[in-house]
Parts: sequence; C-alpha cells; structure tokens
Amino acid sequence: MSARRIFARPARLAAIAPYLWMVLFFLVPFGFVLKISLSQTAIAQPPYTPVFDFAEGRAALAAAFAQLSFDNFRLLLQDNLYILSYLRSLVVAATSTLILLLIGYPIAYGMARLPQRWQGVAMMLVIVPFWTSFLIRIYAWINILQHDGLLNQVLLTLHIVSAPVVWLSTDSAMYLGIVYSYLPFMILPLYATLSKMDASLLEAAGDLGASPRQAFWLVTFPLSLPGVGAGALLCFIPIVGEFVIPDLLAGSNTLMIGQTLWLEFFTNKDWPVASAAAVALLLLLVPPLVLYDRLQRRQLEAGR
Amino acid sequence: MPLLRIEGVAKSFGNFRAVDKLSLDIRAGEFFALLGPSGCGKTTLLRMLAGFETPDEGRILLGGNDIAQVLPHERPVNMMFQNYALFPHLSVRDNIAFGLKRAGMARKDIATRVAEMVALVKLEGLEKRKPDQLSGGQRQRVALARSLARRPQVLLLDEPLAALDKKLRESTQGELMELQRRLGMTFIIVTHDQEEAMTMAGRIGVMDAGRLVQVATPRNLYEAPASRWIAEFVGDINLFNGQVTARDRGRLTVSTTEAGALAVSELWPPVTKEVVSVAIRPEKVKLSRRAPATDAGASQAINRLEGVVIDVNYLGGITSYRVKLESGAVVRSSMANTARLDVDAYLAGQRVVAWFTADDCLVLEQ
Repeated sequence: MSARRIFARPARLAAIAPYLWMVLFFLVPFGFVLKISLSQTAIAQPPYTPVFDFAEGRAALAAAFAQLSFDNFRLLLQDNLYILSYLRSLVVAATSTLILLLIGYPIAYGMARLPQRWQGVAMMLVIVPFWTSFLIRIYAWINILQHDGLLNQVLLTLHIVSAPVVWLSTDSAMYLGIVYSYLPFMILPLYATLSKMDASLLEAAGDLGASPRQAFWLVTFPLSLPGVGAGALLCFIPIVGEFVIPDLLAGSNTLMIGQTLWLEFFTNKDWPVASAAAVALLLLLVPPLVLYDRLQRRQLEAGR
Repeated sequence: MPLLRIEGVAKSFGNFRAVDKLSLDIRAGEFFALLGPSGCGKTTLLRMLAGFETPDEGRILLGGNDIAQVLPHERPVNMMFQNYALFPHLSVRDNIAFGLKRAGMARKDIATRVAEMVALVKLEGLEKRKPDQLSGGQRQRVALARSLARRPQVLLLDEPLAALDKKLRESTQGELMELQRRLGMTFIIVTHDQEEAMTMAGRIGVMDAGRLVQVATPRNLYEAPASRWIAEFVGDINLFNGQVTARDRGRLTVSTTEAGALAVSELWPPVTKEVVSVAIRPEKVKLSRRAPATDAGASQAINRLEGVVIDVNYLGGITSYRVKLESGAVVRSSMANTARLDVDAYLAGQRVVAWFTADDCLVLEQ
C-alpha cells in the first residue's frame, strides 16, 4: 500500500470536519431557532406550540407542521418597538464605525510608519487589553464614569466642571464603551493594508509633484480602502447585535435589537418572537457579511 | 557652468558612510551613468538628486541653485524607479497624468501631453489598463512616460532595465538612447551592469565605497582604467604583478614572476612606482601555434608567453580560452570567430603561444 493511500482517508476526513462543525453547531441550532420563530407562544414547557414529536407518527407531524406561520415576523413589522430597535442598532453601529475609523486610521497609519522593531511593540499594545476579560473592562468603565467616579473627580479637581456630570447611562458612555472595545478590530485590518503598502509609491507621488498631504489622499488612502472596508464591516456587523455594552452603559429609553431580544426571551418569555427577531437580525446582516467576504477575497487576490 | 554640479556631497546612515564628499559636474543634454557594485552609494547619490535623501554636507546645484534641501515635489527633476512604482489603482493614462495634474496644467493640455507621451513610448490602445494588466515591458514604458511627462530638467533612472529580460533590455537600451537624443534631456542612470552603462552613456562615473573613482567615456574607462580595481570591475582582464626593471624612451620592462619580463608602453601619466601590475584585456591576447615572426620591422615589442590551452569556451561571437603558462599562471584570451569553419580553433591540451603588443598593455599601480 502506498504512503499516499494511507494518508488519503484521514485527509479527506479532516476536510469534512469544518463542515461537520458548521452543520452541528450552526445550521442545526439555526434550524431550531427558525422553527421556534414560526411557532406560537404557549404557557407550557417548552413555552411554544407546536412541538414536533417524532414518536406520534407522520400524520401528527404533518398537523404540527401546518401550524407553523409567519405571524411573529408580521408582528416585527407592525410593532414600532422592533422597527425602532433595528433602526437604533443600525444607527449606533454606523456612528460607532465612523468614530472607530476616525480614531483607528491615524493609529494604524502611525503604527505602519514606525521603525520595524517598534511595530511589534505597538501591535502588542493594541492587543494587550484583550488579555483582560471584556466584562471586567466594561465594569471598569462603569467605575470611571459613575457619579463619584474617576472622570468626575478629575474634572472637579481641575475645575473644568463645578458639579459632577452624569456620564453613566447616556449614549456617550455607550459609544465610549463600543469604540473602546472594538478599536483593535478596526486598527488591525487597517494596519495590515497600510504596512504592506510600497513606500516607493509615496516617493513616486512626491517626485511627481504631490505634497505629502496630496500623496496621502491620492495614493495612500485609495490604496487602503480594502482595509477600511474590512475594518468597518468587522466592527459594524457585531456592533449591530451588541447587547452587553448598551445594556451596561446606555440609558433605557431606546433599546438596541440585542436588548429587545433579551427582553422578549427572558422577561416576556416569548420565545417565538425573540427567535423571529434573531432570524430577522441575521437576515439584516447578510448583505454586509457578503460585502465583507468580497472585500476579503479582493484583498487576497491583490496580495498575490 | 554645468547643468548639475554636485559639490562635496556626503551622506551617512548611522556609522555607514554611503556617499563620501563626492563632487561631479553633469552637462546639459548628457547621458551620464553611475556605475558601481551594490552598496557603493550610487543609489543614495541618485536619491539625493531626487530629494528623497538630504545630504549631510555639500551642495547640489541645478542651474546654479542649491537644491540640496528642496523637497522632492518642488524639484524640476523626475525619477524612474527601479520597481517602476506605478500607482496600482490608476490607469495608464492617470498614471502618466498624475504629475501634470499636480503641476496645475489645464485639462486640455494634460490630455494632449498624455497622448504625446503614450505615442512616444508606443503604448497606444492601453491607456485604460491598470498596471497589473500590463506586461513587464509595458509597465517599464508607463514608468518612463510618467517620469518624462513633466519634461524634467534632469531625468533620474534607477536601474530602469533590471527587471527586463535580456532581449527586451537590449532593445530598450536603444530606445532610451534614441529618446534622450530626440528630447535633448539630461539623463542620469544608475546601474550595476557595466555593459548597460557602456552601451548607453556618454560618460560613466564609477563609484566605490561612496567615492567616484573615475569619470570617463566608456572607451577610456575600458582602455585606460585609473586603477586596478576599476580594471577588474569593468570587463575581464589578465593581471601580472611585477617590478619595473628598465625604462627606455617610453618603454618599460616589467619583470613578473608569472609571465617573465614584459615589455610595456608607458602612457601619460608616467609610472612613478616600482611595484606595478601589468594588465591586458583578453581580446588583446592572441593565440598562435608558433611564435609570430620576430618584431623586425614592427614598431613595437611583442610579448610572447608559451603555454597549454586548458579550457575552451565557445560563446558564439567569440571563443574564450584559458592558457596555463609554465609558471602555473593562467592567461585568458578571447578571439572573434570570424570564420564559420573552425580552422583557427585551438583544442584543450594544445601547446600555443599567447602574444600581445606592448601598446596593448596597461601599467597599473597596486
């Protein structure tokens, strides 16, 4: 038996493994959620009907299947609560992404222009906060932002304000938390594109009469657009579904869809509506995900 | 006043002295080559002319104005980059127009100039292509057109042909020379390829360790190198170390351990040292089966070295031989294959006489 034969089978199995993983831990659970989203609420255990019971035979199963409906999705479209939540999620994600871009781009640009040996150090500094639990870092912000927190103490001592400012439970605090948490996801793809850029292109631009500012806008920036796109989508997509940060730092007047979902599920115990909201969120995120995939592919091709 | 005057220019990177108090004049309309091994400082010098590096000392006068501290985008000088540095997101047309737009030229004039440049480098029909849709040769042309579009006073070319294959390189050399003559522009080219420098340039400056060691026409550089290092760097050469033992009306006798006493003509400047090297280019060493007739009637002495052919390399146009002398030294000879049938060829193992005239020898101080 040749060596190739021996390895052929395990290799094929290894290739199947990721698909198996996706089916088992993504597609099957999604199937459950989808099914629940088409069911009706019930005061029962589990709290929805119909329940598929494979032991009761084909006829009962068909009857249960007939009970499924799109009512919950209709509700999502009719009730302002959900539409406003989705809108707020999109607005918060878009605004945060813009702020992240404005802060992240200069940082990534500065990192890419550091001497080679300092770039690794800068990269570490960007990644190090990840070593602390995300929740602990958000709680630390609560501590800093609260009524008698560090920020107000500093502002009072420096006589910048005369009375403590309310920071916590405001949109500002939420944006601060989001921008702080997602900054590395913006910086890293930007840094990856900017550090790969050929320095001689900037020299050529200068040689041809472009001032450093013009060279940036005419050469560096357009060439970094794939990185901008990747970074923006890498932040935008998860921020849309963000739950923890708005829940801990923002006020409670308007909710993001993640919070609404949580309320429906745990407080109202309305699993079907919560599931429908989750499925709708997923559908909402498909276009940006496809866009992200395209950008990634284009960048890979450009990198060859 | 020359167009470009480089005066005592020096540049160090840390402890490394890349360019060491170098002075050079370049005339308007000249095709000048900076030739040297890698790390000799030629690229650093070129980058100082372009403005990408600032000299630590010295002045760079362009038309009388010191431009040593002027930023690249404010210099009437353009550069063609070794890797071409074409903007990947711009079309051929926009690459060529880039410098013209920065100069604030009117839209209509830009279109005219771009069309003119595209025609000049024969890229018609490719204006809308992006650099990654072009072949290496086409990219080289775009880079050339882009750097010429602003009609710079001096065009700097950094190893412009290094990325092309041999055939394309040779035809491009001819085109570059033709272009330079037609435009009457001053070209300064940096290259490590001596053949390229000799083919294209009117004058060549040879650099070594940050200094200019010789500035000469290609012919003088080859036939009268200023030092042993240059003689060995530019082309092939046979070298015999020895001592001057006699001196008689422009004729020196140098006794060498490897090739015995050699008669050498003394040219200007006179040889002042006793310990010298006698150098002879391989193509000036002829081979024959028997010693040529004595120099009765000949105006100059002929040196004859007896030996055995140890190596024959047929290269098409020429055949190069290596002949081992009795002393063990090896003499290289290359002979043009002027006849199709190899009546004149020698075989390895054959006894021959390698001979050359006193005038063909160079005396180099060690």
